[in-house]
Amino acid sequence: MHLDHTHHGPAAVSADAHRPDGARRALRIGLGGPVGSGKTATVAALCRALREELSLAVVTNDIYTREDAEFLLREAVLPPERITAVETGACPHTAIRDDISANLEAVEDLEDAVGPLDLILVESGGDNLTATFSRGLVDAQIFVIDVAGGDDIPRKGGPGVTTADLLVVNKTDLAPYVGSDLAGMAADAKAQRAELPVILQSLRGDSGVSDVAAWVRGRLAAWTA
Amino acid sequence: MTRAALLVLADGRFPAGGHAHSGGAEAAVKAGRISSAADLEDFCRGRLHTAGLVAGALAAAAVLGLEPRELDAAADARTPSPALRATARRLGRQLLRAARTCWPCEELDLLAREFPKGAHQPVVLGLAARAAGLEPADAAHCAVYESVSGPATAAVRLLSLDPFDATGVLARLAPELDRVVDRAVAAARSVPDDGVDALPAGSGPLLEAGAEWHAAWPVRLFAS
Amino acid sequence: MDGVTAAGVRARARIVARGDGRGGTALPVLDGAGPLALRRVRARGDEARVMVVGAMSGPLGGDHLRLRAEVAEGARLHVGSAAATIALPGQHKGEARYDVELDVAGGAELNWLPEQLISADGSDLRVRTRAELAPGARLVLREEQVLGRAGEEPGRLTSRLTVRLAGRTLLDQELSCGPGAPGGWDGPAVLGGHRSLGQLIVVRPEFAEAPPAARSLGECAALMPLAGPAVLVSALAPDALRLRRLLDEALALLG
Repeated sequence: MHLDHTHHGPAAVSADAHRPDGARRALRIGLGGPVGSGKTATVAALCRALREELSLAVVTNDIYTREDAEFLLREAVLPPERITAVETGACPHTAIRDDISANLEAVEDLEDAVGPLDLILVESGGDNLTATFSRGLVDAQIFVIDVAGGDDIPRKGGPGVTTADLLVVNKTDLAPYVGSDLAGMAADAKAQRAELPVILQSLRGDSGVSDVAAWVRGRLAAWTA
Repeated sequence: MTRAALLVLADGRFPAGGHAHSGGAEAAVKAGRISSAADLEDFCRGRLHTAGLVAGALAAAAVLGLEPRELDAAADARTPSPALRATARRLGRQLLRAARTCWPCEELDLLAREFPKGAHQPVVLGLAARAAGLEPADAAHCAVYESVSGPATAAVRLLSLDPFDATGVLARLAPELDRVVDRAVAAARSVPDDGVDALPAGSGPLLEAGAEWHAAWPVRLFAS
Repeated sequence: MDGVTAAGVRARARIVARGDGRGGTALPVLDGAGPLALRRVRARGDEARVMVVGAMSGPLGGDHLRLRAEVAEGARLHVGSAAATIALPGQHKGEARYDVELDVAGGAELNWLPEQLISADGSDLRVRTRAELAPGARLVLREEQVLGRAGEEPGRLTSRLTVRLAGRTLLDQELSCGPGAPGGWDGPAVLGGHRSLGQLIVVRPEFAEAPPAARSLGECAALMPLAGPAVLVSALAPDALRLRRLLDEALALLG
């Protein structure tokens, strides 16, 4: 995806695809979705899947300071200098959508400190179904919901479900236990999203995060093309 | 100039990072010093006459074209808490990003080059106001208002305070804000003759100690 | 002492310390009188010690006291006071002023550790403390303010403290409290009902290489590295005794 370059001057502009030195900056992918849907687990799995082949870093946006960053640090999915937490003043959706300045500083500081980077994952704090990322912050966004949160979520829609570049329906292994209708969820998502892709995943299953990782690789190939 | 630019700059939705900061209110709430709208008013009044006055004077001085590096050093000397200095620079950097998009100019580009990790927020605010064609008193109003509006907004989230009560606090403080702005601008205007020592240096010991206490918490809602 | 005028007492005192050439510190000037009488007390090692002995109560309204200490290269000076200073209301109108000027040369050391300043009901005092340090100077400066004697309302007190190193301002802060002070001074952003407050500033050249880490000492006190080779300990306490204990403990933390 290429964004318009209508601005001049160094680094004042959020969405510019280049760094002040003219080099192409890292692809930024946002991960949003309701509390407990498995955003942090998906980020951790993506880091493990991609860290050998890509230079990557993570920015977390917590409701309470640093919880998700601490989890990623404990799990040691990346060296600590590649994980940054942004504090959001109890409003994670504001930090990813309405006032993205703190997140932009965080991604730029990561590129300065540990760059060059291929990919930065920006994880939102768990929020509601309306929380989406600003296009000034990320180049693509993944919305993560789970089967245990209710199989009517895809039908209810909302900006996250309908407009995210990728919808992930997580924890499919739990469907039999919570009485969720996976086929129905997939059909509802298809109806809401037309051509936009949907991936059903279980991080406990054999394929784990591999489908989402493949989608990320595809976005990265388009970004660097 | 356009006076309406002041509304753009002072808007709580101006994307410069303020929403993640409580201006010391989170620490004061946890310490049990703010639990009502009356406490909030007392807190805001104290902040207004200390940190607010200093911020207003720095912002007004920056509009007057005084050397940003000197003003930034004066802000450092007036901010003993390293947590508050770091916050002021982080917010300054975020504000500069927004201001350069809104009012692009060579002076703001120069500031970004001189302070890659951010200058103190009131200094940036003054230069942003200058770039927008505003007056010293406009910048001081903006800085002084932010010194009380941040804690008021945060208190609504932290205490589930009635938002009408919290906004009422700000409205009642308005005449006092005007007087603080007058003092701030008068001090800024005396800097060319008397140096930066003429800037006010009021401090709130609980704001400083509270900021260090807050910065040491493992879990908190606000960045400061 | 300069004498008593219609407006109040004018008094000056001056201390000059310099190396005595034998590894100790000489006091070629020890000039004080009246409310600022000075006494030399027994030295400790190479450090000369001076005690400020208030021979009159004060400062009172309208008084203007000035105390100046100069510490030349290689000298070490310790200044204390025999008792707390009490600001009282006077017969004369207007505020009292108390100016302290400290000048420390490179390689010199000043330990400025007076007893508390007590702001009594009805008093009005403006304190101005300026410390001017050359590169390589060492300083420990303590200020303690007690707002009102036991069970008494405080007077009006404004205290500004400026510390400069090599011409650069390390610290500039003012506290204003008591009746007539700008609003909110006793509220949750400023004093929160505390009646004893203190500042301890420590300047050491080695802090340039290895600055101490910031340290919260509870919600009312903190040890704060400044933007330069210096640390400020700021503390509020319910009484003077607990305040002193807090500041002593913080100083011990610095080693």
